[in-house]
Amino acid sequence: MFAQFRAAFGRWWSPVVRDGLGIGLATGTYGLSFGALSVAAGLSVAQSSVLSLLMFTGASQFAFVGVLGAGGGPVAAVATAALLGSRNGLYGLQLSRTLGLRGWRRWLGAHLVIDESAAMAVRQSAPGTARTAFWTTGLAVFVCWNTATLLGAFGARSLADPAAFGLDVVSPAAFLALLVPRLRAAGQPRVWAGAVAAGATALLATPFVPAGVPVLLAAVPAVAMALAPVRSRTAGSDPARPDPVGSECGR
Amino acid sequence: MMWVAIFGGALTCYVAKVAGLSVPERVLRDERVQRAAAMLPIALLGALVLVQTFSTRGALVIDVRGLAVGAALVAILLRAPFLVVVAVAAVVAALARLALG
Repeated sequence: MFAQFRAAFGRWWSPVVRDGLGIGLATGTYGLSFGALSVAAGLSVAQSSVLSLLMFTGASQFAFVGVLGAGGGPVAAVATAALLGSRNGLYGLQLSRTLGLRGWRRWLGAHLVIDESAAMAVRQSAPGTARTAFWTTGLAVFVCWNTATLLGAFGARSLADPAAFGLDVVSPAAFLALLVPRLRAAGQPRVWAGAVAAGATALLATPFVPAGVPVLLAAVPAVAMALAPVRSRTAGSDPARPDPVGSECGR
Repeated sequence: MMWVAIFGGALTCYVAKVAGLSVPERVLRDERVQRAAAMLPIALLGALVLVQTFSTRGALVIDVRGLAVGAALVAILLRAPFLVVVAVAAVVAALARLALG
Protein backbone atom coordinates (compact mmCIF):
# COMPACT_ATOMS: atom_id res chain seq x y z
CA MET A 1 0.00 0.00 0.00
CA PHE A 2 2.71 2.44 1.08
CA ALA A 3 4.99 1.25 -1.73
CA GLN A 4 2.20 1.85 -4.21
CA PHE A 5 1.73 5.35 -2.88
CA ARG A 6 5.48 5.96 -3.09
CA ALA A 7 5.50 4.78 -6.70
CA ALA A 8 2.55 7.01 -7.63
CA PHE A 9 4.11 9.98 -5.87
CA GLY A 10 7.42 9.31 -7.64
CA ARG A 11 5.71 9.41 -11.03
CA TRP A 12 3.93 12.62 -10.15
CA TRP A 13 6.88 14.41 -8.46
CA SER A 14 8.96 15.12 -11.57
CA PRO A 15 11.33 18.06 -12.12
CA VAL A 16 8.69 19.79 -14.24
CA VAL A 17 6.14 19.56 -11.40
CA ARG A 18 8.70 20.79 -8.87
CA ASP A 19 9.56 23.79 -11.08
CA GLY A 20 5.89 24.59 -11.62
CA LEU A 21 5.18 24.63 -7.89
CA GLY A 22 8.29 26.76 -7.30
CA ILE A 23 7.13 29.33 -9.83
CA GLY A 24 3.71 29.31 -8.18
CA LEU A 25 5.26 30.16 -4.82
CA ALA A 26 7.44 32.91 -6.35
CA THR A 27 4.34 34.42 -7.96
CA GLY A 28 2.70 34.43 -4.55
CA THR A 29 5.10 37.13 -3.37
CA TYR A 30 3.98 39.19 -6.33
CA GLY A 31 0.34 38.57 -5.43
CA LEU A 32 0.97 39.97 -1.95
CA SER A 33 1.98 43.30 -3.44
CA PHE A 34 -0.94 43.23 -5.86
CA GLY A 35 -3.45 42.73 -3.04
CA ALA A 36 -1.90 45.55 -1.03
CA LEU A 37 -1.73 47.89 -4.00
CA SER A 38 -5.28 47.15 -5.08
CA VAL A 39 -6.67 48.10 -1.68
CA ALA A 40 -4.43 51.18 -1.59
CA ALA A 41 -5.91 52.17 -4.98
CA GLY A 42 -9.41 52.14 -3.49
CA LEU A 43 -10.75 48.67 -4.29
CA SER A 44 -12.28 46.57 -1.54
CA VAL A 45 -10.79 43.25 -0.40
CA ALA A 46 -13.62 41.44 -2.22
CA GLN A 47 -13.08 43.41 -5.43
CA SER A 48 -9.32 42.72 -5.33
CA SER A 49 -9.93 39.00 -4.84
CA VAL A 50 -12.54 38.75 -7.60
CA LEU A 51 -10.10 40.53 -9.93
CA SER A 52 -7.40 37.94 -9.16
CA LEU A 53 -9.85 35.05 -9.54
CA LEU A 54 -11.44 36.18 -12.80
CA MET A 55 -8.89 38.36 -14.61
CA PHE A 56 -5.94 36.22 -13.49
CA THR A 57 -3.15 37.87 -15.43
CA GLY A 58 -0.77 39.87 -13.25
CA ALA A 59 0.39 42.78 -15.39
CA SER A 60 -3.18 43.54 -16.53
CA GLN A 61 -4.38 43.55 -12.92
CA PHE A 62 -1.58 45.87 -11.78
CA ALA A 63 -2.40 48.20 -14.68
CA PHE A 64 -6.13 48.05 -13.95
CA VAL A 65 -5.79 49.16 -10.32
CA GLY A 66 -2.95 51.53 -11.25
CA VAL A 67 -5.13 53.47 -13.69
CA LEU A 68 -8.04 53.58 -11.22
CA GLY A 69 -5.72 54.60 -8.37
CA ALA A 70 -4.38 57.50 -10.45
CA GLY A 71 -7.94 58.74 -10.94
CA GLY A 72 -8.53 57.20 -14.37
CA GLY A 73 -11.96 56.08 -15.53
CA PRO A 74 -13.14 52.46 -15.69
CA VAL A 75 -13.06 52.44 -19.50
CA ALA A 76 -9.38 53.41 -19.57
CA ALA A 77 -8.66 50.82 -16.87
CA VAL A 78 -10.37 48.04 -18.84
CA ALA A 79 -8.71 49.08 -22.12
CA THR A 80 -5.22 49.11 -20.57
CA ALA A 81 -5.80 45.72 -18.96
CA ALA A 82 -7.08 44.31 -22.26
CA LEU A 83 -4.10 45.59 -24.24
CA LEU A 84 -1.67 44.10 -21.73
CA GLY A 85 -3.65 40.85 -21.72
CA SER A 86 -3.55 40.51 -25.50
CA ARG A 87 -0.20 38.70 -25.34
CA ASN A 88 -1.92 35.76 -23.64
CA GLY A 89 -3.68 35.23 -26.96
CA LEU A 90 -0.32 34.61 -28.60
CA TYR A 91 0.68 32.20 -25.89
CA GLY A 92 -2.56 30.33 -26.49
CA LEU A 93 -1.74 30.08 -30.17
CA GLN A 94 1.66 28.61 -29.43
CA LEU A 95 0.17 26.18 -26.94
CA SER A 96 -3.02 25.11 -28.70
CA ARG A 97 -1.54 22.26 -30.73
CA THR A 98 0.54 20.88 -27.84
CA LEU A 99 -2.28 21.03 -25.33
CA GLY A 100 -4.94 19.78 -27.75
CA LEU A 101 -7.77 21.01 -25.51
CA ARG A 102 -11.35 20.25 -26.53
CA GLY A 103 -14.73 21.14 -25.04
CA TRP A 104 -14.86 22.19 -21.41
CA ARG A 105 -11.13 21.57 -20.96
CA ARG A 106 -10.42 24.36 -23.42
CA TRP A 107 -12.65 26.79 -21.53
CA LEU A 108 -10.94 25.84 -18.26
CA GLY A 109 -7.41 25.66 -19.66
CA ALA A 110 -7.74 29.06 -21.37
CA HIS A 111 -8.07 30.71 -17.97
CA LEU A 112 -4.62 29.37 -17.02
CA VAL A 113 -2.85 30.69 -20.15
CA ILE A 114 -0.46 33.23 -18.62
CA ASP A 115 3.22 34.16 -18.84
CA GLU A 116 4.39 31.50 -16.41
CA SER A 117 2.39 28.49 -17.65
CA ALA A 118 3.19 29.30 -21.29
CA ALA A 119 6.89 29.78 -20.58
CA MET A 120 7.11 26.48 -18.72
CA ALA A 121 5.15 24.55 -21.37
CA VAL A 122 6.98 25.77 -24.49
CA ARG A 123 10.33 24.89 -22.89
CA GLN A 124 9.46 21.18 -22.87
CA SER A 125 10.25 19.08 -25.92
CA ALA A 126 7.85 16.18 -25.20
CA PRO A 127 4.12 17.02 -25.55
CA GLY A 128 3.23 15.00 -22.45
CA THR A 129 5.73 16.88 -20.31
CA ALA A 130 4.56 20.16 -21.82
CA ARG A 131 0.98 19.40 -20.80
CA THR A 132 2.09 18.51 -17.26
CA ALA A 133 4.14 21.71 -17.09
CA PHE A 134 1.20 23.81 -18.29
CA TRP A 135 -1.38 22.43 -15.85
CA THR A 136 0.96 22.23 -12.84
CA THR A 137 2.34 25.73 -13.29
CA GLY A 138 -1.03 27.24 -14.16
CA LEU A 139 -2.82 25.69 -11.17
CA ALA A 140 0.06 26.41 -8.75
CA VAL A 141 0.15 30.06 -9.80
CA PHE A 142 -3.65 30.27 -9.60
CA VAL A 143 -3.75 28.98 -6.02
CA CYS A 144 -0.75 31.03 -4.80
CA TRP A 145 -1.75 34.19 -6.64
CA ASN A 146 -5.27 34.21 -5.20
CA THR A 147 -4.22 33.29 -1.67
CA ALA A 148 -1.54 35.99 -1.72
CA THR A 149 -3.94 38.60 -3.12
CA LEU A 150 -6.28 37.99 -0.21
CA LEU A 151 -3.46 38.22 2.37
CA GLY A 152 -1.99 41.36 0.77
CA ALA A 153 -5.41 43.02 0.59
CA PHE A 154 -6.16 42.32 4.26
CA GLY A 155 -2.65 43.49 5.21
CA ALA A 156 -2.99 46.81 3.39
CA ARG A 157 -6.45 47.43 4.84
CA SER A 158 -4.89 47.55 8.30
CA LEU A 159 -2.49 50.34 7.24
CA ALA A 160 -3.71 53.86 7.95
CA ASP A 161 -1.78 55.74 5.25
CA PRO A 162 -0.29 53.62 2.45
CA ALA A 163 1.76 56.51 1.02
CA ALA A 164 3.60 56.92 4.34
CA PHE A 165 4.94 53.38 3.90
CA GLY A 166 5.99 54.04 0.32
CA LEU A 167 3.20 51.86 -1.08
CA ASP A 168 2.61 54.35 -3.90
CA VAL A 169 5.94 53.40 -5.50
CA VAL A 170 5.26 49.67 -5.27
CA SER A 171 3.33 49.79 -8.53
CA PRO A 172 5.93 51.54 -10.75
CA ALA A 173 8.68 49.40 -9.16
CA ALA A 174 6.67 46.26 -9.94
CA PHE A 175 6.12 47.35 -13.55
CA LEU A 176 9.83 48.05 -13.88
CA ALA A 177 10.62 44.58 -12.55
CA LEU A 178 8.37 43.17 -15.29
CA LEU A 179 9.74 45.44 -18.00
CA VAL A 180 13.52 45.10 -17.60
CA PRO A 181 13.70 41.31 -18.16
CA ARG A 182 11.48 41.69 -21.25
CA LEU A 183 13.73 44.39 -22.70
CA ARG A 184 16.76 42.24 -21.92
CA ALA A 185 15.21 39.20 -23.57
CA ALA A 186 14.10 41.13 -26.65
CA GLY A 187 17.50 42.81 -27.04
CA GLN A 188 16.53 44.46 -30.34
CA PRO A 189 17.03 48.19 -31.07
CA ARG A 190 13.51 48.27 -32.53
CA VAL A 191 12.02 47.18 -29.20
CA TRP A 192 14.07 49.71 -27.24
CA ALA A 193 13.00 52.43 -29.66
CA GLY A 194 9.38 51.38 -29.26
CA ALA A 195 9.66 51.54 -25.47
CA VAL A 196 11.24 55.01 -25.57
CA ALA A 197 8.62 56.31 -28.01
CA ALA A 198 5.85 54.87 -25.84
CA GLY A 199 7.25 56.42 -22.65
CA ALA A 200 7.76 59.82 -24.26
CA THR A 201 4.24 59.81 -25.71
CA ALA A 202 2.70 58.95 -22.35
CA LEU A 203 4.60 61.65 -20.47
CA LEU A 204 3.93 64.34 -23.10
CA ALA A 205 0.22 63.49 -23.17
CA THR A 206 -0.21 63.45 -19.38
CA PRO A 207 -1.03 67.16 -18.87
CA PHE A 208 -3.58 67.19 -21.70
CA VAL A 209 -5.75 64.05 -21.43
CA PRO A 210 -7.65 62.29 -18.61
CA ALA A 211 -5.78 59.83 -16.36
CA GLY A 212 -5.30 56.40 -17.93
CA VAL A 213 -5.41 57.71 -21.50
CA PRO A 214 -1.64 58.52 -21.75
CA VAL A 215 -0.80 54.84 -21.30
CA LEU A 216 -3.27 53.87 -24.04
CA LEU A 217 -1.80 56.51 -26.39
CA ALA A 218 1.63 55.01 -25.74
CA ALA A 219 0.51 51.88 -27.59
CA VAL A 220 0.15 53.83 -30.86
CA PRO A 221 3.81 54.67 -31.68
CA ALA A 222 4.94 51.32 -30.27
CA VAL A 223 2.64 49.31 -32.55
CA ALA A 224 3.55 51.57 -35.49
CA MET A 225 7.23 50.82 -34.91
CA ALA A 226 6.54 47.12 -34.54
CA LEU A 227 4.70 47.10 -37.88
CA ALA A 228 7.30 49.15 -39.77
CA PRO A 229 8.91 47.03 -42.50
CA VAL A 230 12.05 45.15 -41.52
CA ARG A 231 15.09 45.71 -43.70
CA SER A 232 16.97 42.56 -42.81
CA ARG A 233 15.33 39.64 -41.07
CA THR A 234 17.18 38.60 -37.96
CA ALA A 235 17.64 34.86 -37.96
CA GLY A 236 16.03 32.81 -35.25
CA SER A 237 14.33 35.65 -33.45
CA ASP A 238 10.89 34.87 -32.12
CA PRO A 239 9.59 37.97 -30.36
CA ALA A 240 6.40 36.39 -29.07
CA ARG A 241 8.14 33.45 -27.45
CA PRO A 242 7.33 33.57 -23.75
CA ASP A 243 10.50 33.78 -21.72
CA PRO A 244 10.54 32.59 -18.11
CA VAL A 245 13.00 35.39 -17.36
CA GLY A 246 10.40 37.91 -18.50
CA SER A 247 7.52 36.24 -16.76
CA GLU A 248 5.31 37.93 -14.25
CA CYS A 249 6.92 36.44 -11.20
CA GLY A 250 9.82 38.73 -12.01
CA ARG A 251 12.54 36.20 -11.42
CA MET B 1 -19.50 50.88 -11.54
CA MET B 2 -16.34 49.35 -10.11
CA TRP B 3 -17.88 45.89 -10.31
CA VAL B 4 -18.89 46.46 -13.94
CA ALA B 5 -15.29 47.45 -14.76
CA ILE B 6 -13.94 44.40 -12.91
CA PHE B 7 -16.20 41.96 -14.76
CA GLY B 8 -15.68 43.78 -18.08
CA GLY B 9 -11.91 43.76 -17.68
CA ALA B 10 -11.87 40.10 -16.64
CA LEU B 11 -14.04 39.17 -19.63
CA THR B 12 -11.82 40.96 -22.18
CA CYS B 13 -8.71 39.29 -20.76
CA TYR B 14 -10.41 35.88 -20.83
CA VAL B 15 -11.55 36.41 -24.42
CA ALA B 16 -7.92 37.03 -25.45
CA LYS B 17 -6.88 33.74 -23.84
CA VAL B 18 -9.70 31.71 -25.42
CA ALA B 19 -9.09 33.36 -28.81
CA GLY B 20 -5.46 32.26 -28.76
CA LEU B 21 -6.48 28.65 -28.23
CA SER B 22 -9.28 28.83 -30.80
CA VAL B 23 -8.29 31.16 -33.64
CA PRO B 24 -6.94 29.52 -36.82
CA GLU B 25 -3.17 29.50 -36.60
CA ARG B 26 -2.64 31.39 -39.85
CA VAL B 27 -4.10 34.64 -38.47
CA LEU B 28 -1.79 34.94 -35.48
CA ARG B 29 1.17 33.32 -37.25
CA ASP B 30 1.47 36.58 -39.18
CA GLU B 31 4.86 38.03 -38.28
CA ARG B 32 3.49 41.57 -37.89
CA VAL B 33 0.86 40.41 -35.42
CA GLN B 34 3.56 38.64 -33.43
CA ARG B 35 5.82 41.69 -33.42
CA ALA B 36 3.01 44.00 -32.34
CA ALA B 37 1.93 41.65 -29.56
CA ALA B 38 5.51 41.36 -28.30
CA MET B 39 5.94 45.13 -28.37
CA LEU B 40 2.65 46.01 -26.63
CA PRO B 41 3.49 44.83 -23.09
CA ILE B 42 6.92 46.49 -23.24
CA ALA B 43 5.45 49.80 -24.43
CA LEU B 44 2.60 49.79 -21.91
CA LEU B 45 4.78 48.76 -18.97
CA GLY B 46 7.30 51.48 -19.87
CA ALA B 47 4.54 54.08 -20.10
CA LEU B 48 3.02 52.93 -16.79
CA VAL B 49 6.38 53.20 -15.00
CA LEU B 50 6.98 56.75 -16.25
CA VAL B 51 3.44 58.03 -15.71
CA GLN B 52 3.17 56.59 -12.20
CA THR B 53 6.62 57.89 -11.24
CA PHE B 54 6.54 61.37 -12.73
CA SER B 55 2.93 62.53 -12.64
CA THR B 56 0.33 63.44 -10.04
CA ARG B 57 -3.27 64.05 -11.09
CA GLY B 58 -2.41 65.12 -14.62
CA ALA B 59 0.66 67.24 -13.80
CA LEU B 60 4.25 66.23 -14.48
CA VAL B 61 6.24 66.29 -11.24
CA ILE B 62 9.66 65.16 -10.05
CA ASP B 63 9.63 64.02 -6.43
CA VAL B 64 10.68 61.26 -4.05
CA ARG B 65 9.10 58.63 -6.30
CA GLY B 66 11.80 59.13 -8.95
CA LEU B 67 14.46 58.37 -6.36
CA ALA B 68 12.59 55.29 -5.13
CA VAL B 69 12.00 53.87 -8.60
CA GLY B 70 15.65 54.58 -9.46
CA ALA B 71 16.65 52.53 -6.43
CA ALA B 72 14.32 49.77 -7.63
CA LEU B 73 16.03 49.84 -11.04
CA VAL B 74 19.42 49.34 -9.37
CA ALA B 75 17.99 46.37 -7.46
CA ILE B 76 16.57 44.90 -10.68
CA LEU B 77 19.88 45.30 -12.50
CA LEU B 78 21.55 43.50 -9.58
CA ARG B 79 18.97 40.73 -10.21
CA ALA B 80 17.34 41.04 -6.82
CA PRO B 81 14.18 38.94 -6.25
CA PHE B 82 10.84 40.61 -6.89
CA LEU B 83 9.92 41.23 -3.25
CA VAL B 84 13.31 42.84 -2.61
CA VAL B 85 12.84 45.19 -5.56
CA VAL B 86 9.43 46.28 -4.35
CA ALA B 87 10.63 46.59 -0.74
CA VAL B 88 13.65 48.70 -1.76
CA ALA B 89 11.35 51.14 -3.58
CA ALA B 90 8.91 51.39 -0.67
CA VAL B 91 11.64 51.80 1.97
CA VAL B 92 13.52 54.44 -0.04
CA ALA B 93 10.31 56.40 -0.58
CA ALA B 94 9.29 56.17 3.08
CA LEU B 95 12.78 57.16 4.36
CA ALA B 96 13.14 60.03 1.87
CA ARG B 97 9.73 61.38 2.97
CA LEU B 98 10.79 61.13 6.62
CA ALA B 99 14.07 62.91 5.89
CA LEU B 100 12.43 65.66 3.84
CA GLY B 101 9.55 66.04 6.29
